[in-house]
Amino acid sequence: MARIDTKWRKSEVALANGRATDTLRGGAKEMNKQKLVIIGNGMAGARFVEDLLARGGGEQFEIVMFGDEPYGNYNRILLSGVLAGTHQAQDIFINPLAWYEENNVALHAGVRVESIDRENKIVYGAGGVSEAYDKLVLATGSSAFVPPVEGIKSEEGAGYKDGVFVFRTLDDCDGIAKYAEKSKRAVVIGGGLLGLEAARGLLNRGIETHVVHLMGHLMEVQLDNQAGRMLKRSMEGMGVTVHCEKATTAILGNGHVAGLQFKDGSTLDCEMVVISAGIRPNAQLARDCGLNVERGIVIDDGMMTSDAHIFSVGECAQHRGVTYGLVAPLWEQTAVLADRMTERKPNAAYLGSKLSTKLKVMGVDLAVMGAKEPEHDDDEVVLYSEPSRGIYKKLIVRDGKLKGAMLLGDTSTAAGLLQAYDRAALLPADRSEMLFTLSGETKQLSVTDLPHEAQICNCNGVSKGAIINAVKGGCTSLKKLCDSTRAGSGCGACKPQVEELLNFAAGDLVVIDPSVHYYVPGVPFSKHDLIAAIQAKKLKSVSAVFAELADGREDPASKAGLASLLKTIWHEHYEDERDARYINDRVHANIQKDRTFSVVPRIYGGVTSPDELRRIANVADKYNVPMVKITGGQRIDLLGVKKEDLPGVWKDLGMPSGHAYSKAFRTCKTCVGTEFCRFGVGDSTALGIAIERRFQGIEFPAKLKMATTGCPRNCSEASTKDIGLTAIEGGKWEIAVGGAAGATVRKADLLATVSTHEDALKFTGRFMQYYRENAKYLERTYDFVERLGIEKVRAVVVDDSEGIAARLDAEIQAAVDAFVDPWQEAVQPHHPSQFVNILPKAAHVVPPSGGMTRQSIPSA
Amino acid sequence: MTINLGSLEKIPLGEGREYEVAGQLVAVFRERITGKLTATQALCPHKQGHLADGFTGNGLIVCPMHAFKFALADGTAQGNDCAALKTYAVRLNDAGELLLDLPV
Repeated sequence: MARIDTKWRKSEVALANGRATDTLRGGAKEMNKQKLVIIGNGMAGARFVEDLLARGGGEQFEIVMFGDEPYGNYNRILLSGVLAGTHQAQDIFINPLAWYEENNVALHAGVRVESIDRENKIVYGAGGVSEAYDKLVLATGSSAFVPPVEGIKSEEGAGYKDGVFVFRTLDDCDGIAKYAEKSKRAVVIGGGLLGLEAARGLLNRGIETHVVHLMGHLMEVQLDNQAGRMLKRSMEGMGVTVHCEKATTAILGNGHVAGLQFKDGSTLDCEMVVISAGIRPNAQLARDCGLNVERGIVIDDGMMTSDAHIFSVGECAQHRGVTYGLVAPLWEQTAVLADRMTERKPNAAYLGSKLSTKLKVMGVDLAVMGAKEPEHDDDEVVLYSEPSRGIYKKLIVRDGKLKGAMLLGDTSTAAGLLQAYDRAALLPADRSEMLFTLSGETKQLSVTDLPHEAQICNCNGVSKGAIINAVKGGCTSLKKLCDSTRAGSGCGACKPQVEELLNFAAGDLVVIDPSVHYYVPGVPFSKHDLIAAIQAKKLKSVSAVFAELADGREDPASKAGLASLLKTIWHEHYEDERDARYINDRVHANIQKDRTFSVVPRIYGGVTSPDELRRIANVADKYNVPMVKITGGQRIDLLGVKKEDLPGVWKDLGMPSGHAYSKAFRTCKTCVGTEFCRFGVGDSTALGIAIERRFQGIEFPAKLKMATTGCPRNCSEASTKDIGLTAIEGGKWEIAVGGAAGATVRKADLLATVSTHEDALKFTGRFMQYYRENAKYLERTYDFVERLGIEKVRAVVVDDSEGIAARLDAEIQAAVDAFVDPWQEAVQPHHPSQFVNILPKAAHVVPPSGGMTRQSIPSA
Repeated sequence: MTINLGSLEKIPLGEGREYEVAGQLVAVFRERITGKLTATQALCPHKQGHLADGFTGNGLIVCPMHAFKFALADGTAQGNDCAALKTYAVRLNDAGELLLDLPV
C-alpha cells in the first residue's frame, strides 16, 4: 500500500535489522518476568495484548509478538471499506508501530513463524529469528479458502494467475484496487458476507461486477432462502449481477484471467476474479507441532490447547466444536484469557458465544442472531415480508423465548431483539411488538450521543459543546445554564435536551433551582400559592405584588407573567400598570425587527366582506404599508406600520383588535362548513364566529389558537390547535384540546363530544378558565394537557370531579364581560407618549453652571 | 454639555423613551418602584433592538427583541456576551425636568 507511511509500516531496512532477540533486549528488570509470546498480530492477537496490558500484565510478562504482515494491527472488518474507497488504509489501523514500543511489546512485524519447538519452548521465525517462551498464544487467525479450480494458479506454479485475488489483507486490497483500474468486468466467487462486501468495493470502483455463488441463495449461513432471494434483488437493484447455483470449474485465460468456466457448461468473460469462498482456520503451525487440531486448534474453556503452556484465541481456535468468524466472540475469548493469565480471575471461563451480527451489506441493513430456521416441531415462526421495499423479518420462538431472528432492510427493532435473545427473556404475547416500532415512538437518538458541534438550541444557535462547557464552568442548575448560554430561551422546544445534557455533564452535582417551581422567577411562590396570596392580600397591581411578596424587588422578567395572572384573577378590577406589559401589549400590535409593527384586525371566523376589504386596502395605501399578508390564522396582516401611525390605522380600519400580538386568544380558524361545502356536516363558520365574539381578547398564560372544522377532513387543521372543534355526522361536535403545529407538533386530545353550539361554547370556556388558573406562565396547552393528562382535564372540565365547574364558568363569563377592545385607545390613549418613540427635548440648553438660559438648539 | 430633556412626566412610569441628542439616540428610563432615572445608548448591541421599549426594574433593562439584559447603572451585560451599554448621567431639576449630561 503505497499510502501507508512508516508510522504504520515497518520499513524494509528496519525489517532486515529488526531481529529483536533475547540478548538484545535482555535486561535486569526483565529477569523476574515470564516470557509471553503471541503468534499473530491481527485483531485477536493485538486485542489480547491490549486486554493483558489493561489488567497489569505488562508487569508480569515480557511480551513478544510475531505478525505476518509488516504493519501494526488493523481492523480487518473495515477492509471492505478500504476497497470501496470509503476508508483510507490509515484509517483502519488500531495500533501504530509506536504503540508496541510504548508498551514494551517487542513486535516482529513481517516475520512468519515457521515452527514451534514445544519440548524446549522455542518459536522459530523466518530469517533465523527465534524466541523462547514460558507461555505461548496462537492467534493465527484464518485465511481465505480457495476451492480447487482449474487454472487458478499461475503457470510458473507459485501464486495465483494474474488477475486472481483473495480478499483478506491490506495487500490483497491494494492489489485488487490496482487491477480493477485496468479491468472492465470483475467476478467475485462466493456470495457470503465477505464476497458481497468485495462486490460493493468493486462496484464503487466503477467496474462491472458479478457475484457467482455455489449455493441456492446469498449468505446462506445467515439467511434463509426467502431473505437471500430478497437480498439478491436488492443487490441487483444496485447494479451487481448475481448468479446462484453456479459451480466454477475453471479460470480461463493464458497468463492472465480471461473468463470463468462453469459446471453447467456456460462461461463468463472477465478480467479479474476475487475469491471469497469462505475462510479456513490457520492451524497448520499447531498441527505441525503436534497440538490437537480438528477444524481449528482445539481449546478448552480456559482457551488452553492440548499443551498447558500454549493457548489460542480467535478464528484459528475451535471451542466446543465451533470456530467463529465474527469479531464479538473473539473479544470475549481474549478477555477470558487475559483474566486467567494475569490471575485477575484465575477461574474465568469462556462458554461459547451467542452469535449475532448487525451489518450493512452494500447499503442494505441486516441483523441476524441465533437460529435461522425452526429446529423443533413446536418452534414458532413469526414472519413478515414486504418484497417491494426489500423488508423481511423472521423470528424463531421457542417456549416464548427468542431462539433466532433475521431482519433485512429494516433493523429498527434489532436492539430490543438482541437483548431478548441474549437474556433469553420472555417475548411479549403480541410478537409484532418485537418486529415494528410504531411510527410515533421511534426512539430518538439520545442527545448525549450527538457530536459536540451539534446545534441543540436552534433559536439561539447554541451547540452541545457550548452547553457542556457552561455546565463544567459551574452552571449546574437548568435556569443558570439557560440564562448563561441562552439555550432554551427561544421557543423552548430544546429544554428537555438541555436538561438531559445538564444531567449528563453535571451528574450528581445538578442543583434544582427552586425558582423552576415559581410562577415567575422574581416572586418565590408557586402559581397556586401565588394566587392564594394575591387574593388574601387583595393585591391588584404588579407593583403591589413586588412590594408585598418580593421584598419590593421589581423583577423585570416577572412583570408580564404577573400582569397576565392579575388580569385573570381580578378582571376589570385589575390595576393596570403599563410598564408591566410587554411592548406589544402597550401599543396593541406586534413589534417587528425594525421597530415597526404588525397590525391584524379581527375578522370573526375569517369571514370578511367587500366593504371591510376595501377599508383595509385603503388603510394600506394611506399609510404606505410595505406588506399586506394573509396570516396562518386566516387573517390579514398589515406589516411595517410605524408606532406613531397605529392610532390612525385603527381609526381608519374601524375594526377591533385581532390580538395577534398578545398572550391571549388569537383566532378561531374555520372552514366553510355546511354553508357551501358539499361535505360539511356542521356549521363551522357560525360556531367559529360565535367563539371568536365570545372569547376575543381574553388573556391566557400563553397564546391560544383555535379552529372549527365542518367535517373530519379537518381543512382548518383543528386537530393541531390548542382547542379544536370538529363536526361529526349526527350534528355533534368533538372538542379536542392540547394540539400544536409549531415548534412542537401534537395531535389534540378529545375532551368531549357535544350536540349543540351552546355546549361547545360552555366546555370550551370551562377548559379555558381551568387552563388560565393552572398552567405555568408561557405553558402552552400542549404542555399543560400533557402534564396533567387528558383524563384529569376531562374529569375536571366535563365530569366536574372537583366541583368547580360552576365557578370556572362564572370566572370565564367575568373575563368575557370585562373585555374592552384595546384599539379604542386610538381615540383615548392611555398616556400622551403611548405611541411616541422619540420625545421632543425642551427648547433650551443648560449651561455647565446649572443656570438656565433660553436658547434654541438646532433640531436634528 | 447638559441638555434639558423636558418634563419627566412625558415618560410613562416604569418605561423608557428616546431622545435625539447631538445627533445620537439616547434612551432614558424611569423605574417604577425606586423612581430611579438612568440613561443609556438607545440600541441593544445584540440586534439593535430599541431598549426604550423594554422592561425595567431592579436596576435592569430587558431588551424587547430577544430579552437580553443589561444593568442600567453601568450598562454591563447580564448573562450575555454583549459589550456594555454606554451610559449617561441624568438627573432632575427643581422644575421636574430631566437634565442629561453628555460628554463633550
